[in-house]
Amino acid sequence: MYAQMVKSTGQGVKSLDDMEPQERAFQERIDAGDKIEPKDWMPDGYRKTLIRQIGQHGHSEIVGQLPEGNWITRAPTLERKAILLAKVQDEAGHGLYLYCAAETLGVSRDELTEDLLSGKMKYSSIFNYPTLTWADMGAVGWLVDGAAIMNQVPLQRTSYGPYARAMVRICKEESFHQRQGYDIMMKMARGTPAQKRMAQDALNRFWYPSLMMFGPSDKDSVHSAQSMAWKIKMNTNDELRQKFVDQTVPQAEYLGLTVPDETLQWNEGKGGYDFAEPDWSEFFDVIKGNGPCNRERLAARNKAWDDGKWVRDGLLAHAEKRASKKVAAE
Amino acid sequence: MSAPNSAYPDTPEAQPEKPKRHEWPLWEIFIRGQHGMSHRHVGSLHAADAEMAIKNARDVYTRRNEGVSIWAVQASHIAASSPSHKGPLYEPSESKVYRHPTFFDIPDEVGAM
Repeated sequence: MYAQMVKSTGQGVKSLDDMEPQERAFQERIDAGDKIEPKDWMPDGYRKTLIRQIGQHGHSEIVGQLPEGNWITRAPTLERKAILLAKVQDEAGHGLYLYCAAETLGVSRDELTEDLLSGKMKYSSIFNYPTLTWADMGAVGWLVDGAAIMNQVPLQRTSYGPYARAMVRICKEESFHQRQGYDIMMKMARGTPAQKRMAQDALNRFWYPSLMMFGPSDKDSVHSAQSMAWKIKMNTNDELRQKFVDQTVPQAEYLGLTVPDETLQWNEGKGGYDFAEPDWSEFFDVIKGNGPCNRERLAARNKAWDDGKWVRDGLLAHAEKRASKKVAAE
Repeated sequence: MSAPNSAYPDTPEAQPEKPKRHEWPLWEIFIRGQHGMSHRHVGSLHAADAEMAIKNARDVYTRRNEGVSIWAVQASHIAASSPSHKGPLYEPSESKVYRHPTFFDIPDEVGAM
């Protein structure tokens, strides 16, 4: 997902009887549906895993601005341009909500940023694919934001209060993103033959990378089991991927587009589609830094950070100078 | 603002010999919604000074008409009760059910009260 393959403690989930009293009380609060707040006691593993997960999620929102920012100046109409600007601005906002949630766990904003820029922390693999045509803006909104919603809606009930609250805000805005994407796809799919070809091409290129967003199957993963016990992960990757496919295939049919999977078939028995797995070796390669745009994305973030340094420093120096003058005058 | 023990073992916070980073301070943002409600906490952000905190709050927290007024308070100026005081602070009120109007039975004949 926006946070893929987040590692937790690496140990199996402890039973309540194996826990020290403090940890047991903590787990019982989670089991009872209580929210954990920043100043509450929490196991070290819970804190660290959440920092990784929320940080990765926030980084994905921030880096996720780049593929779409690519088309702001070339949007086909002024209205499309204004809409895309608003969408990209929302992504920045989502990144900020998430960074603030992570900061309540004791990591600073600059630490998070520097770990992104150095490549130590990851962001979603999906944003390492290029956006080649305007139809890609449609495919990103429809498929990428659609996949994100699948994951984010259940996370509104996650056990960590600040994360859950950030998710509530984000989900309110995400629905606009997906609908604006589908709106672009409808326009393209019903346009000239060339436009329809562009829409089909965008679906062809984004289908499997979107399925990869959920991460490889984690039904046997100890990390995943621990995160689910802590309620910082609400569903397995396979559950969410299945839900996404079941929801998206009819939407593609409505557009008159073909999902690029010859094995795709409705399975009456399970009440869902059977579909082909993405190429997981490609996924691991992208995660490692070898996707089509990894270097470009990190270079863009590093340049923005370096170029902005004098502004950050200058504004802070100005604020401190004014504060000290105010103190002197009192 | 930071937790007592850094969750991040390899950060400067966990390595006190390194100098502390110089970040823009954290501000907590409160917004009054449209309908005459009191200001409500909506989240936080970083800004160099109060003026910038309000400008940033406008961009981050009111993009969809969520508010008509913004308060920004530097996070380090907020005093907060501790979770460990939950018992002594709030338990005394649990036994005082007579503070709620439903404690008293008023006969129907008396009418609305």
